Amino acid sequence: MLEVVDLHGGYGRIEVLKGINLKVSAGEVVALIGSNGAGKTTLLRALSGVQPISAGQMQFMGERIDRLPSHQRVARGMTQSPEGRQIFGPLSVDDNLRLGAYLRRDDGIEADRERIYAMFPVLKDKRHQPAGGLSGGQQQMLAIGRALMGKPKLLLLDEPSLGLSPILVDQILAAVTALRQAGITILLVEQNAAAALEIADRGYVIETGRIVHAGPASDLLSDPKVKSAYLGFD
Amino acid sequence: MSELLQFFVSGLTVGAVYALVALGFTLVYHASEVVNFAQGEFVMLGGMVTVFAYAAGVPLPLAALLAVLVAIVVGLLLYWLAIAPARGATAVSLIIITIGASILLRGAAQIVFDKQFHKLPAFSGDTPVDLFGAAIQPQSFWVLGGAALLVLLLYYVMERTLLGKAVMATAANRLAARLVGVNVATIMALAFGGSAAIGAVAGILITPITLTSYDVGTLLALKGFAAAMLGGMGSPLGAVVGGLLLGLLEAFGAGYISSTYKDAIAFIVILAVLFVAPQGLFGRRAVERV
Ligand SMILES: Nc1ncnc2c1ncn2[C@@H]1O[C@H](COP(=O)(O)OP(=O)(O)OP(=O)(O)O)[C@@H](O)[C@H]1O
Ligand SMILES: [Mg+2]
Repeated sequence: MLEVVDLHGGYGRIEVLKGINLKVSAGEVVALIGSNGAGKTTLLRALSGVQPISAGQMQFMGERIDRLPSHQRVARGMTQSPEGRQIFGPLSVDDNLRLGAYLRRDDGIEADRERIYAMFPVLKDKRHQPAGGLSGGQQQMLAIGRALMGKPKLLLLDEPSLGLSPILVDQILAAVTALRQAGITILLVEQNAAAALEIADRGYVIETGRIVHAGPASDLLSDPKVKSAYLGFD
Repeated sequence: MSELLQFFVSGLTVGAVYALVALGFTLVYHASEVVNFAQGEFVMLGGMVTVFAYAAGVPLPLAALLAVLVAIVVGLLLYWLAIAPARGATAVSLIIITIGASILLRGAAQIVFDKQFHKLPAFSGDTPVDLFGAAIQPQSFWVLGGAALLVLLLYYVMERTLLGKAVMATAANRLAARLVGVNVATIMALAFGGSAAIGAVAGILITPITLTSYDVGTLLALKGFAAAMLGGMGSPLGAVVGGLLLGLLEAFGAGYISSTYKDAIAFIVILAVLFVAPQGLFGRRAVERV
């Protein structure tokens, strides 16, 4: 579904991505783990087209997308719940979700919004309130819900559990599991590596802009090097 | 009493024009974070193009339509040729670009048109209407009605349509707007085109009362900016209230104090806002949680 070949990119002259190779097949949940500043967010932004790249290729559904502007990538079925949530603070929860379906012209939008509310009932209670007033966890649910409103084939999730209480983390990860059962392919970025690998099929470990380990999630979970670097000794 | 009413109506009339200029500022600022000091030139273009087309024999409604179209094209060109290529520039650089555009447009107008003052006939004649003893120019009703219509239209678009929500989303969080598929460049171009149209309509409506010339934009931009600041930069309601208030202040200032100081009132308002309430009357303080 998604194939990234030798991707380079960064900010100005600082190269952050130094030749990333990565593949996501239809129906998979793939975890991308790595420590602070490894380049995870930069990679996801590059995939969505909101971050320039300097070299390399990206294919989505068999089509080159590296030259496409961000809105055309959304139209082709790739949406993102970005790091730091980035909700539309002054707009209502309802409007935030509606804007997630900005490019859709079908008549299933209303039903999909109700589905999101069924998934995250707290949001429904606050549907007419400005999203900026939501708690961190609620904003995270909204960011995921907004990305889902675009009816993605591939959903990019950047640290959906960041800064949340353990209960909320479980709730969010349960939601991710439910999404994969609904047939959505997911690329999940997490610092919470153990939790991410628990629910993923495969995983990639990124270090200073390079993929250093890759494999089935269970292998990574038991790999001694990955264990010591990202999972702690538990 | 009748004198008071007279000042009130003439204050509201110019205030409505300031309000439209302020709305133009607000719309562009919302979509692109650019303070567009060429906003006044759209008003000038509205008046001048109508005057010259009308003098060339084009019927007034068509001349007005033509003027609005010309202003929209100029607004789009301003965005595509000057603002879009400077993407990523600082706020100050962008302001300097718009000031440069304003000077350029004024110079071009001086060459294409001339340096004289011009008048348009009032749309419904010049016979004053008696309102509780005050003599009101019928054109005042055109200005007030036209402004009210534009404000309602803009309100409808911003609050009730997906396009309007996309503009507000772009203002709130540009990155997130791109991630949901909003073509941010199109939104900004629309904002420039829309604000140009609003300015041009203001210029057409007011020309029968205040006359127009190639350089009326400068003072209007300044006053519209004062109105937008008074209302809290970025708030459409604030822009309207700020514009009307400034118009009233000027009318009463000119009527009861001295018309010599009329134009100074806008400067005083800008200074007062900066010192006393930098967020303006309706400016929202950041509500977003991090
Ligand atoms: N806007 C920016 N300008 C310049 N450098 C940046 C910018 N954003 C990130 N960087 C740098 O790029 C590198 C990778 O950052 P990135 O945000 O992609 O890492 P990350 O893996 O997502 O980290 P985290 O786990 O903290 O989210 C870091 O060294 C960071 O300092
Ligand atoms: Mg990150």
